[in-house]
Amino acid sequence: MSTKDDNILQELAVEEYKYGFTTDIEMDIAKKGLSEDTVRFISAKKGEPEWLLEWRLKALRHFEKMTMPKWQNFKHPKVDFQDISYYAAPKEKPKVNSLDEVDPELIETFAKLGIPLDEQKMLAGVVAVDAVFDSVSVKTTFREKLHEFGVIFCSFGEAVKEHPELVKQYLGTVVPQTDNVYAALNAAVFSDGSFVYIPKGVNCPMELSTYFRINAENTGQFERTLIIADEGSYVSYLEGCTAPMRDENQLHAAVVELIALENAEIKYSTVQNWYPGDKEGRGGIYNFVTKRGICRGDNSKISWTQVETGSSITWKYPSVILKGDNSVGEFYSVALTRNHQIADTGSKMFHIGKNTRSKIVSKGISAGVSQNSYRGLVQIGKGAEKARNFTQCDSLLIGDKCGAHTFPYIEAKNKTATLEHEATTSKIGEDQLFYLTQRGIDPEKAVGLIVNGYAKEVLNQLPMEFAVEAQKLLAISLEGSVG
Amino acid sequence: MLSIKNLQASVDDKQILKGLNLEVKAGEVHAIMGPNGSGKSTLASVLAGREAFEVTCGEATLDGKDLLELSPEDRAREGLFLAFQYPVEIPGVSNINFLKTAVNEIRAYKGLAPMEAKEFLKRVKEKQKLVEFDAKLANRSLNEGFSGGEKKRNEIFQLAMLEPKLAILDETDSGLDIDALRIVANGVNHLRSENNAFILITHYQRLLEYIVPDYVHVLYNGRIVKSGTKELALELEEKGYDWLKESVDTEESAAL
Repeated sequence: MSTKDDNILQELAVEEYKYGFTTDIEMDIAKKGLSEDTVRFISAKKGEPEWLLEWRLKALRHFEKMTMPKWQNFKHPKVDFQDISYYAAPKEKPKVNSLDEVDPELIETFAKLGIPLDEQKMLAGVVAVDAVFDSVSVKTTFREKLHEFGVIFCSFGEAVKEHPELVKQYLGTVVPQTDNVYAALNAAVFSDGSFVYIPKGVNCPMELSTYFRINAENTGQFERTLIIADEGSYVSYLEGCTAPMRDENQLHAAVVELIALENAEIKYSTVQNWYPGDKEGRGGIYNFVTKRGICRGDNSKISWTQVETGSSITWKYPSVILKGDNSVGEFYSVALTRNHQIADTGSKMFHIGKNTRSKIVSKGISAGVSQNSYRGLVQIGKGAEKARNFTQCDSLLIGDKCGAHTFPYIEAKNKTATLEHEATTSKIGEDQLFYLTQRGIDPEKAVGLIVNGYAKEVLNQLPMEFAVEAQKLLAISLEGSVG
Repeated sequence: MLSIKNLQASVDDKQILKGLNLEVKAGEVHAIMGPNGSGKSTLASVLAGREAFEVTCGEATLDGKDLLELSPEDRAREGLFLAFQYPVEIPGVSNINFLKTAVNEIRAYKGLAPMEAKEFLKRVKEKQKLVEFDAKLANRSLNEGFSGGEKKRNEIFQLAMLEPKLAILDETDSGLDIDALRIVANGVNHLRSENNAFILITHYQRLLEYIVPDYVHVLYNGRIVKSGTKELALELEEKGYDWLKESVDTEESAAL
């Protein structure tokens, strides 16, 4: 490739992270360190019932016995679990009933992030937001309107208090607290997160969205999301996330559990933009997340869509257990890595029921000296008659110092299954770039167009407003890629 | 409009253009013919600013502006258009969205506000009709899955949309059947005006039956060795290039 395009592509590293500010607010922060006391402290802070404390302690005991996995396609960074504070909350957090009671600093923080908590300012009531700041939920909008439909959308903490029977019934049923090392850690110390319950037959009248913000230093964020779609219901849920720029790495170990009962559908979209670290690879979020859904009832459907542009390391495999007959699992992903970022992400589809179908579309984009891996598992159980899977994983390379890897696994125990796998690797060609610039298009915009075109199939899965945001995010993340 | 003086250029340290001179005035159509490897496509690439080509000597100006100083996008914004010999496919990027971006980038360069959506769509419709470009193709991803002929016709559609001062058609006729050739030629003839100019790079006289050039030049061994009017093309069709090659080669060895 010619020198100019080389420069163009090397400069990919330069663009500043736009959400790197911090909020100066009085915080209630737990002492660093992980022990039974830490777990008891968090549980007490949240005013939790005994059964939940026991559940957490079981997770902690399990975590302490576990060792770090070694199969991932990157060197596991040293995380000193004793050097992290596991709880950070704005001080004197009131029971928020109106916006007047929220600290104006917090309102401003979310406004800066483009998340208005003022319902009047929201997109004409299209989206309800739960805003989580460090360890606690700050505000959930549109609760009353949702209440009319019987939809429960609140912070996890509130759900434990107000709907303990639902939480107890479903918590840990998809991702047990012993599932993996970070899921165990999360189960022990999770502080907040979102809870959603859609009653039978209800088509949730608006998009639900949680916005996660890490602010405090030396803390980890461990939120837990639980979404239950009862029979014949539908919900579309979106999460977004950002964090300040800091030289130290911060750990984000979340767990998301989705449960779709008979004829229910859950659509879960993520636009992940945690701080990715600077161009030398200093700082950034370790995004080690367990996301899994279960299509428990017949004819149910779970669809994951993720646009991953942030984090220094992204490590997650949103999965679907296809238990109900005729159930459908989908995974659409765009993962963009640049500078020194690492992504090891993909999906797992477990076919148990008859006529279950799954689809995986993964689009990796690597630039700079980043490493981008797709890892996926399609498992067809003995009873999964006529199960079908289609997997497509594409990699796009920008420049010649980055890496793209694919690790697809298939385990089929039923001969009637149909499995398709397609994979491509391509490079943003000098020819494509030249073609667009010859038409008068700025080289940076040209790269943005090519990348957005490449990711289109996935972006199309996002709810309208977020698709536009995600497109911008992809383009912005690549700004400076061309000069 | 276009003035090329003693242009010398090389690729991978191999000299391809060896002192090329050419003057193109507004309202003119020039055809550049020549055997394989004579430097025809190199000339197109050098003018458009493809990086792999290094200009070692000479100058090229468009309305007095030094083209060689400008980036490829600025050359385009100054009104230079290259219809590619092999247009690339760009999956997922809609033809219309791409054109809208291009139109507005060029407008921004000239200090104009982005074109209103309504006006843009009106222009799309108008130009589609003018160059007989299928509306379905216009709405598809850029050249993705297009046939060779469709890609070439898309180049002409883009040419119509961007209204450049100078258009260089690099073997646009190659690979076209007679119907597609006629459509492409009709498009170009509709777009010809007193204010713009065309350079047709071609192997065959056939294209020139449809687009009648004002001048025909023969490029051989990196230089224009003969210029004339459309009759020269007919002569070449009849006699091939060998007679020209021989006389040039003799001259050159005599000069040594």
